[in-house]
Amino acid sequence: MARYDSLLDACGGTPLVGLPRLSPTVPEGAPPVRLWAKLEDRNPTGSIKDRAALFMVRAAEQAGRLRPGDTILEPTSGNTGISLAMVAKLRGYRLVCVMPENVSTERVQLLRMYGAEIIFSPAAGGSNQAVATAKQIAAEHPDWVMLFQYGNEANARAHYETTGPELLHDLPTITHFVAGLGTTGTLMGTGRYLREKVDGIQVVAAEPRYGELVYGLRNIDEGYVPELYDATVLSRRFSVGTRDAVLRTRQLVEVEGIFAGFSTGAILHAALAVAHEAVRDGRRADVAFVIADGGWKYLSTGAYGGTLADAENALEGQLWA
Amino acid sequence: MAIEVRIPTILRSYTGGAKVVEGAGDTLGDLLTDLDSRHAGLKARLVTDAGALHRFVNVYVNDEDVRFLGALDAKLNDGDSVTILPAVAGGAFGFAAAAALSQHRASVAGRVAHDAAVAAH
Repeated sequence: MARYDSLLDACGGTPLVGLPRLSPTVPEGAPPVRLWAKLEDRNPTGSIKDRAALFMVRAAEQAGRLRPGDTILEPTSGNTGISLAMVAKLRGYRLVCVMPENVSTERVQLLRMYGAEIIFSPAAGGSNQAVATAKQIAAEHPDWVMLFQYGNEANARAHYETTGPELLHDLPTITHFVAGLGTTGTLMGTGRYLREKVDGIQVVAAEPRYGELVYGLRNIDEGYVPELYDATVLSRRFSVGTRDAVLRTRQLVEVEGIFAGFSTGAILHAALAVAHEAVRDGRRADVAFVIADGGWKYLSTGAYGGTLADAENALEGQLWA
Repeated sequence: MAIEVRIPTILRSYTGGAKVVEGAGDTLGDLLTDLDSRHAGLKARLVTDAGALHRFVNVYVNDEDVRFLGALDAKLNDGDSVTILPAVAGGAFGFAAAAALSQHRASVAGRVAHDAAVAAH
C-alpha cells in the first residue's frame, strides 16, 4: 500500500482494471480485444475532477492569481465544485459556488460539508438565471478568482501530466482511449499525451445526449464550444443517449461489479462500440476508458432500478453527466 | 427506405413542428439540400455561407459526429439515422461559467464605471 503526506498528494495514481466479462469474445485464433477501466472514482473526493481542480489551483497560485485567504467563485453544482471545495479547504481558500436552488440535496450537502458557500439562483429561472446571478456576483466582487474549467489550460495539463502517463505505464499496448466530453480537459490532455507516444492511438469522445428539455430553449447562436476543445486531438466522437447510458451503467455494476455514475455508462457505450468494431475487423485492441465517478450521488434519481423507460423518464431534463 | 432526421426543438419551426423528418442523399450535404426543398430555410441554419457546418451545430450519423466522418461529405446509406443538436458543453453550467467569465473580465476592466454606478444607487 502506498503512503502519502496529505490527501492532495493522493490525487491520481488510480488503478486500471481489466474487464474480462464485458470484453467481447473473439473468434478462436483472432487477436484479443480487451476493455480496461481507469477507476477515477478512487480520487480523494470520488471523481476525475480532483485532478483538474488541483492543477488549476496550483497554476493560479504559481501565477500569483491566488493568495492565502482569497475567494474562488465557480458556477457549478457538479463534481468540479466538490473537488474545488476540498482543494480550497486544504490550501486555505474560500469557495463560493453558484447554482440553481433546485439541484439535488445530495449536492448541496456534499458541497457544504466540504466547506463551500453556496449562492442559490431562483429555480424558476433555471440555468439562465444562474448565469445572471453569477454575472452579478462577479461584477460585485472583481477580486474573486474564477478558475473557469472550460478554458483553463491547467485542466487539460492535469491529464497531460498525470492521466496520460499513468495509462501508458499501466497499458503500454493501449490502442484506444475513451472518455467523456464535457469541459474536454480529460480528452485534450490525455489524448495529446498518448498521440505523442503511441502510434495509431485512437482518441474517442463520448458525449452525453440529454433529454430535449436541456436543449429545448436554446438558440443555435447561443451554443457553446469550450475554449479548450481542439477537434484534431480526437479520432471519433459519439453522442450517447440517456437510455444507452443507463443500460451500460447498470451492465457495468451487474457484470463487472463497478458502481459508476451515468456519464460512465455513456463512455462504456462508446468503448464497447470501438471494441466490437475491432473484433469485426480482426484487429487487436486494448481499449482503456474512464470511470468518471461512482454512482452514489445519482441514487436519488431512481434511475438504477425499474425499467429502462422509467429510468429514461427519471433523467429527462436532467444533466446526468 | 429513407434517412430519418431528428430535428432539435429550436429548428422545428422549419419542419412544421415535426420532431423527425425523412430525407434522401448520398452525403450529408445532399441530404440537407433535399430537406431544404421541403423545409425551406433549414439548411441555412446549419451551414455557413462559406459552406461549412455552423460552429454551434453538431450533426451525428448513427450517433457518430459527422465532423470525424467527412463533415458535409460524410457518406449516408438508406436506413441511417441523422441527429441534429445545438452544441452544448458539460451541461448548462458550461454556459453559466462562460457567461460569468466574460462578464467578470469586462467587470475588471470596467471597475471604475461599475463603482460609479453603485455609488449612484
